[in-house]
Amino acid sequence: MAAPITLSCENQTAPLTEKSLDKNDINSWLQVLEDGRIRIYTGKLELGQGISTAVKQVAAEELDTSLDMIEVNMAETGVTPDEGFTAGSMSIESSAMSIRQAAASAREAILKLAAQKWRIPVSELFLKDGRVRGKDKEATLYELLKGRQIEGSLDSSVELKGKTVRKYVGQPLPRKDIEAMVRGEAVFVQDLRFPRMVHARVVHPPGYASRIVSMDEDAIQKLPGLLKIVRKGNFVGVIAEKEYGAIQLKRKVDSFIQWDTSPGLPDQSALKSHLKALPADVEVHEDRGNAEKVLKESTTQLTASFFKPYLMHAANGPSCAVAFFDNERLKVWSHCQGAYPLRRTLAKLMEMPEDSVNVKAVPGSGCFGHNGANDVAAEAALLAREFPGRHIRLQWMRDDENGWEPFGTAMMVDLRASLDDKGKIAAWNCDVWSDGHSNRPNENPNTLLPAHFLERDYGHPGIGYRGGAWRNAAPYYTIPNLKVRSHMFQGPLRVSSLRSLGTYTNILAVESLMDELAEQAQKDPIQFRIEHLRDARAIECIQKLQKHIADVTLGQNEGLGVAFSRYKNETVYCAMAAKVYVDRGTGKVRVKKLWAVVEAGETINPDGLKNQTEGGMIQSASWALMEEVKFDRKHITSLDWGSYPMLRFPDTPEVEVEVIDRPDQPPVGAGEASMAPTTAAIVNAIYRSTGVRVRTLPVNRELLRA
Amino acid sequence: MNNTLSLHVNGKDYEIDIDPDTPLLYVLRNELGLNGAKFGCGLQQCGACTVLLDGESRLSCQLPVREAVKFKIRTIEGLVRDDGSLHPVQAAFVKEQAAQCGYCLNGMVMASVALLEGNNNPSDDEIRKKLAINICRCGAHSRIIKAVKTAAQEL
Repeated sequence: MAAPITLSCENQTAPLTEKSLDKNDINSWLQVLEDGRIRIYTGKLELGQGISTAVKQVAAEELDTSLDMIEVNMAETGVTPDEGFTAGSMSIESSAMSIRQAAASAREAILKLAAQKWRIPVSELFLKDGRVRGKDKEATLYELLKGRQIEGSLDSSVELKGKTVRKYVGQPLPRKDIEAMVRGEAVFVQDLRFPRMVHARVVHPPGYASRIVSMDEDAIQKLPGLLKIVRKGNFVGVIAEKEYGAIQLKRKVDSFIQWDTSPGLPDQSALKSHLKALPADVEVHEDRGNAEKVLKESTTQLTASFFKPYLMHAANGPSCAVAFFDNERLKVWSHCQGAYPLRRTLAKLMEMPEDSVNVKAVPGSGCFGHNGANDVAAEAALLAREFPGRHIRLQWMRDDENGWEPFGTAMMVDLRASLDDKGKIAAWNCDVWSDGHSNRPNENPNTLLPAHFLERDYGHPGIGYRGGAWRNAAPYYTIPNLKVRSHMFQGPLRVSSLRSLGTYTNILAVESLMDELAEQAQKDPIQFRIEHLRDARAIECIQKLQKHIADVTLGQNEGLGVAFSRYKNETVYCAMAAKVYVDRGTGKVRVKKLWAVVEAGETINPDGLKNQTEGGMIQSASWALMEEVKFDRKHITSLDWGSYPMLRFPDTPEVEVEVIDRPDQPPVGAGEASMAPTTAAIVNAIYRSTGVRVRTLPVNRELLRA
Repeated sequence: MNNTLSLHVNGKDYEIDIDPDTPLLYVLRNELGLNGAKFGCGLQQCGACTVLLDGESRLSCQLPVREAVKFKIRTIEGLVRDDGSLHPVQAAFVKEQAAQCGYCLNGMVMASVALLEGNNNPSDDEIRKKLAINICRCGAHSRIIKAVKTAAQEL
C-alpha cells in the first residue's frame, strides 16, 4: 500500500558524469547543476552534529550564494571523495576546509573563464547567487560552463572570504533538516522504503560465547510467514514480508535452537582486578625530567586511582540497514561513519570484489562513535546475498543493540603527583589501563559482528589506534617532571570508539587531582590551574568561566566544581563549572546547572557549536551519574533502558554555554570537547558539597550518604 | 491471521488487511507510510513511537492495532496544517533548533502537543515530568524545554 519513499535528504538525481574522486580536484567536491544550484560532495555523514549545514555555510560564503542554492551529497562510494570516517571531531577540520578551498578555487576559476569569454578584467566581475555579473554581461554558472564542470585543482593561494567577509560563516544559521524531522518526513536510514522491500531480523546468540548445539530446521521451515531462514555457522537470520512478522519469527526460530551457553565473561564484581591482571602491552608516551625520583623524594605525594566502566553508545534508534543484491552487485544503505572503509571490509567478508559493493551513508540515530551501524549493515548484506532481487531492511531490536554494540572500554588511571615548596606541581606520574578505542572496520572482517558467528576464524582484529587510550593523559599544565604510560589490554567485551575516547577518563583523573593538589597548596582551584598554564587562550577561557560563576550562591549540601581541558591537548578549549546538590539521605546527586566556555578557533556556526557542547554536557552528566554496562558470566544484562538507565528530563541540568570565536585561528571540531570536563567538574562539585572524592564511575550513592 | 480493520488516522479512514496483533507503530510506518513515529525500544521505555490517541499521548510500539481502531489517531504528520504550515509546537522546535540527530523528535513533539492542549502555561517541572518517558541520547533536553515554552506562548 505504501508508496516507495525517498529520503528528503537524498538526492533524486544520479551523480553527474565527469565526477572526479580525487581530493585535489575541485570537481570531486563541487558540481554545478543545470538548474543553477551547486551540489557539494562530502565524504562525511550528518550524525546530528550539523556538518551538512556547516559545509553549506563555508561553500555559500566563498561562492556568495544563498544556502538554498546549495545541496549536499553525503558519503557514498564511487560518488564522494574517500574521507575515511566521520569521527574524532574532524569533519570541520578536514571536509569543511577542503570544501571551502574547493569553493574558493571554483569562484576564481569561474571568474577567470568569464573574463576570457567577455574580455573583461576579473576585477570587474563578481559572482552572486549562481550568476556571474559584469558591467553589461550576466550568465549563470551552467551557461558559462556549457554543461561541463569546473576543471582544475584546489588552489591554496586564493582568498578565503570566510576569513574576512563572514556573511554566512560564523553566523548561527539554522539547520534545515530539523523542519523535515518535525514534519515526519523520511530522514533516517530507518525510514528508507523500496518497492517490494522485505524485512529481516537476526537471531543473535544468548551469550558472548554461545554456539549452536542444534537447530530444528524442519520445524522452522514450517513456520507461517517465513520467506527465508539463513544460517551460516552461528549466524541466523529470518526474512519475512512484514516487519512484525519478522520480529515474531525471530522469537519462534530462537525457540527451535539449542544454544551452548558456557560462560565467556569474567565476574563483573572483580572487573578492576581482572583487567589489571590481563596481559598488557606497555608503552611510555611522555618522560620529561625524572618524575620517579622526585616523587620518591617527596613527603607530600598524592595518589589516586580512577575507574570508568564499560559504557554504551546507546543510540535512541537501534541500528538499521537496507541491502540489495542482484546476483552480482551489492548495494548497502547504512548509517555507518565511513562508507569506503565499510565497503572494503564488507568486500572481504563477502569475498566479493570491492567495486561490486556500493555503500551509501544515510543518517541514523545519533551514534556518538562506532556503534552497531556497520554490524547491522554486514548482517543485512549476508542476508541479501541469500535472498537476491529484493531490498532487505534489517533493524536491530533493543536487546540486539545493547547486547552486541561495541562499547566504550572500561579504563583505569593511576596517578601520583607532588608539589614543590612553592606550591607548584613538581612531578606527575600517570599509568593508564585501557582496551582499544578504534576497532573500526579495517581489513579484518572480525571488525564486523557477524564475522564472529561464522565458521571461519578471522582472528582478533587488533586494538586499532592506540592513541585513543592515552589521549589527554599528559596534563596540559606545566609540569617539570612528567611520566605517562599506557597499558593496553584486550578485555572481555567488544569495544570501539565512544565519544572522546580515553580523554573522558584521563581528564576525570587529571582534573580531580588538580583540585586535590590545589587544596594541598592552599590555593583556589581556578587560580592554581591558571598558575600552571602558559597558553593565553586557555587562561582566557578559564577567566571567562570565572565571570559566569562569580555570583553563584550555594545552599546546604550544594557544591560548585570546575574543570578545564584542551581536547587532544591541541584542539578545543573547554572550561566547565558544575553546581550540584547531594541528598545526604539517599546519596542522590542532582546536577543543577552546568556552565561552559568553549573556544574552537574560527567558529563556522556558533549555534551548532553550542548545541554540540550542551549535548555533550548533558550526556556526560548521564555517564557520570548513571551509566554502566552490566554483565553476568554469559552475556550483557543491560539489555533495555530499565537495566541501562540514563539521565531523563526530571534530572537534566540547566546548561549555559559561551562561545569564544577566533576567526584568525583554524577551526577545530568541538563535538567531543565538553564530555570530559563536565564529569570532572561534577565530581569536583560533589567533593565541595560532601568532602567525598568520587574516583569510580558511575557515582556510587552509598559513598555520599551521611 | 489477517483481518480487515478500519483505522482513523489524521482525519482519514483507512481499511487495512493486517494481523490484528501487529503493534500500531508498524502499521503506521509500513502500511500507511507515516515515518514520523519511530521504533526506539519496542518496550514502552523511550517514547520514540509516541502518537496521540483521542488527544492523549500514547506509545504505539506495543499497542495492538485491533485496540487502536477505537481511537482518533493523530501522528506528527497530521499536525501540519492544510496550507502546509507548521503547528506551533513543530514551529517552536524548529525555531529553538531543539534537536541533534532528531530521532527522538517525534516523541518530544507529540508529548508536548498533548501537554499544551491540556495546559497552555506549563511550569518547568510540568514539562520535565511530561517528557520523563522520552529519551534523548544527544542531550538536547534544555533546548526541548525551551521549545515547549516558546510553543506555549504561541498557542
